[in-house]
Amino acid sequence: MTITAPHPATPPEIGGLGHSVRRKEDDRFIQGAGRYLDDIVLPGMLHMAIVRSPVAHARIRSIDASAAEAMEGVVAVVTGEALAAHGLAWMPTLSGDTQAVLATDKVRYQGQEVAAVIATDPYIARDAAAAVYVDYEELPAITNPQQALAEGAVLIRDEKEGQTDNVAYEWETGDKEGTDRAFASADVVVSLETHYPRSHPAPLETCGALADIDPATGQATIYLTSQAPHAHRTLFALVAGLPEEKIRIIAPDIGGGFGNKVPIYPGYVVATAASLLLGKPVKWVESRSENLISTGFARDYHMKGELALSSDGRILAMRASILSDQGAFFADAQPTKFRAGLFHICTGSYDIPYAHVSAKGAYTNKAPGGVAYRCSFRVTEASYLIERLVDNAAWKLGMDPAEFRRKNFIRKDQFPYRSATGFIYDSGDYHAAMDEALRLSDYYEWRSRQSQGPTPEGKLVGIGLASFTEVVGAGHSKEYDIAGLKMFDSAELRIHPTGKAILKLGVKSQGQGHETTFAQIVAEELGIPFDQIKVVEGDTDNTPYGLGTYASRSTPVGGAATAMVSRKIRDKAKKIAAHLLEAAEEDLEWEPGKFTVRGTDQSVSIQDIAFAAYTNPPDDEEAGLEAVHYYDPPNMTYPFGTYVVVVEVDPADGTWKVVNMTAVDDCGVRINPMIVAGQITGGLAEGFAKANMQWITFDEQGNCIGSNFLDYLVPTAWETPSFTLGATVTPSPHHPLGAKGVGESATVGSPAAYVNAVLDALHHGGYDIDNIDMPLLPHRVWGAINGMEVSP
Amino acid sequence: MRVDVTINGESRSVDVEPRTLLVDFIRTHLGLTGTHIGCDTTSCGACTVVMDGNPVKSCTILAVQAHGSELKTVEGLRQNGQLHPIQIAFKEHHGLQCGFCTPGMMLVGATLLERNPDPTEEEIRWEISGNLCRCTGYMNIVKAIKEAGAGSAGDAVGEDLGAAESVAALEDMEEAHT
Repeated sequence: MTITAPHPATPPEIGGLGHSVRRKEDDRFIQGAGRYLDDIVLPGMLHMAIVRSPVAHARIRSIDASAAEAMEGVVAVVTGEALAAHGLAWMPTLSGDTQAVLATDKVRYQGQEVAAVIATDPYIARDAAAAVYVDYEELPAITNPQQALAEGAVLIRDEKEGQTDNVAYEWETGDKEGTDRAFASADVVVSLETHYPRSHPAPLETCGALADIDPATGQATIYLTSQAPHAHRTLFALVAGLPEEKIRIIAPDIGGGFGNKVPIYPGYVVATAASLLLGKPVKWVESRSENLISTGFARDYHMKGELALSSDGRILAMRASILSDQGAFFADAQPTKFRAGLFHICTGSYDIPYAHVSAKGAYTNKAPGGVAYRCSFRVTEASYLIERLVDNAAWKLGMDPAEFRRKNFIRKDQFPYRSATGFIYDSGDYHAAMDEALRLSDYYEWRSRQSQGPTPEGKLVGIGLASFTEVVGAGHSKEYDIAGLKMFDSAELRIHPTGKAILKLGVKSQGQGHETTFAQIVAEELGIPFDQIKVVEGDTDNTPYGLGTYASRSTPVGGAATAMVSRKIRDKAKKIAAHLLEAAEEDLEWEPGKFTVRGTDQSVSIQDIAFAAYTNPPDDEEAGLEAVHYYDPPNMTYPFGTYVVVVEVDPADGTWKVVNMTAVDDCGVRINPMIVAGQITGGLAEGFAKANMQWITFDEQGNCIGSNFLDYLVPTAWETPSFTLGATVTPSPHHPLGAKGVGESATVGSPAAYVNAVLDALHHGGYDIDNIDMPLLPHRVWGAINGMEVSP
Repeated sequence: MRVDVTINGESRSVDVEPRTLLVDFIRTHLGLTGTHIGCDTTSCGACTVVMDGNPVKSCTILAVQAHGSELKTVEGLRQNGQLHPIQIAFKEHHGLQCGFCTPGMMLVGATLLERNPDPTEEEIRWEISGNLCRCTGYMNIVKAIKEAGAGSAGDAVGEDLGAAESVAALEDMEEAHT
């Protein structure tokens, strides 16, 4: 494509790139007029409730639904056996495994779906679900991967042909020999074993489906809390055997996703099957407890990392080995060829010549998922490991952690940079981002205060850094796919005769502000005011195919598609302008909103051109002004930044408080800086949550501790600190707008900064502690200070 | 059982099962879906409505307990075609992203401001600590409530950050192309 043009800043009323225009979607949200899944009501709609296993591992002896079936208002009870008759008792996961839709043989985690009740009223459905009697023969529960791989462990996936142990996958990458050699010659080796705990994205809106299959026509309209409606349509077609042209997935307004709404859940499939069976719309909306115990968990990585160091502070090599807890089904939403997601970005921001990663996943009696919770396929775990290791290395070598980072950063002149595990980092200026963060946070001033000892109240001051590099915006399609579907994305743009426009996308907002940001891209490229451009997403009948919104890919891929489709339109507009101005195309000059004949005052506006496209097109041109573009990115984008956290730790009780949190992000060009900053503050809060309180654990029987918001603590405004933001701008050289994606940087980068700060406080208080696992709950910190093993 | 309420200034009377939760009464029986459900344990505040002047979590109150009371939901914030200052402030200061917690947050904020038009940041954070937001990190919500009280137009966190550099970077990219 040859389409390039100068990019002067547009005036505010056009609202192109760089303008923090207020969000168009807010008008409905602030008036309670958002339309979320549970707000949709269809005539004759039935309600579904799911019967779930109360135990973690058991054989199902029998299911007695007679009492439930006899209740007034109950229309049907669906079991796995009934689904099996249609070949629907099992479904594929996004990692090529299979997952039970409704259990037929065994239950493999607490909360697993066993049966579903469909009734005329949601209260009756829940009553009846409680009346379904399931006879279980309990089996030993396996609640961590070490147990799963121990000799004699009970086989969880006994239904799977050829499966003789609890290993879900094994995978390795990097240069083992070179890495071993570098370690053999190292002056110092630093190692760290840590568990990135199981977490849950817990968007405020839970998951749900409303399936409406017309018995007369077979048309299936399925409303779904879906971050990837097109991919879900294809998977529904493949799994349920429904003809794809008769499936219409509509993802309405989504109340937060964060990766939780990427997988297909059993509830979606059962509601669809029930609608097909009963000929009526069937709605299923899960409760918060159902959401937390059964849908896409995240993380749960047991990691060991090592750095080989020279005595003068150079990193020579990195080694990482992972044992991941996959739950009962391997269901990570990730590209097929990378079994541990993009964990192998684990060398982070550093120029490390050799690296090797080995990963093994284990089945356990816990819920499946492995979703990329506000991150790009396990980048969070990778970033956490290297940023913790780097801090430990600096501590061990007696170097300031900022100086140690500065010494090992990939230099600006090394980009594009090929990492030891094969990523081509597109651009970066890590030193500049760190310098800005140190300046904004008064880093050296805090160091000097810290050197004077504890505060008058006896609190230890700690300063933590994290200098993350992300890899986002998948594909390119040669390497990146989900369940075989290539990770491109698309945009369709139509300019109406009056010069207003409609933009249709394959991605799907869950609160990120697409209706505004993507309109601004068109405004930038065509000079049409952003508020005259309607953005449509989430309806597979009315938008071009795309892989959806997760892994920070909307702006890198969908945004690029939007810029390119706008440029296609501009190319055609130029032909029409030449016709209208009776000038040669090469004599025309573009400025946002109009073409002018060079050296004259003769011009036509984009609105005039649009009108002519429908009323007076050139003889040799098709009428109309619309185009579609499918964008397959040449590479991923690599946002980065440095975060600085200052904490005070009370050694008496192990509590800690954030005094200061400074975040400098470089996500390339910022389209709407206000929206970008909002993504960052949100992510910083989630990073704080993980470091401080948010995790899901299990007791020895496999009971989920963290099944509601009383046990699974997500931070309120009271605990959440305020943040100071800064920016550097290093554009992506291959993205048409130089943008990189930002939705996840702060969740990926910040947990290590908080933890490093607490450990830094302990180090400066005289405690030689190299790790405390997240979340840094007070009793864990206190236990570490006092050299005591504490229960989780 | 018959439940009579005044909701957003309108009298409504509906027969419901005694066990009907107020949130279901509002959403299903009265058809006002701006009030949301985010948890089962009175933790998240997405279902917050104002009952006789006080914000309450409507998922933990039975509809029958609201009999005879005056209710206000997000749909009642706009009066005589005019948005409430809290609504304007939430948009102006980017105090929302997915919008799911927003009705509850605005109602708590508006009730606070009626009592105390100039709350401190700490007072605002304490007041909204019964309402969870998973998107924003709260900073802009706090800002929005404060500015709605002050009646001043303000900014949103980071709204100028990187703007000039972004435009300059793009110009450089274009120059490199041509």
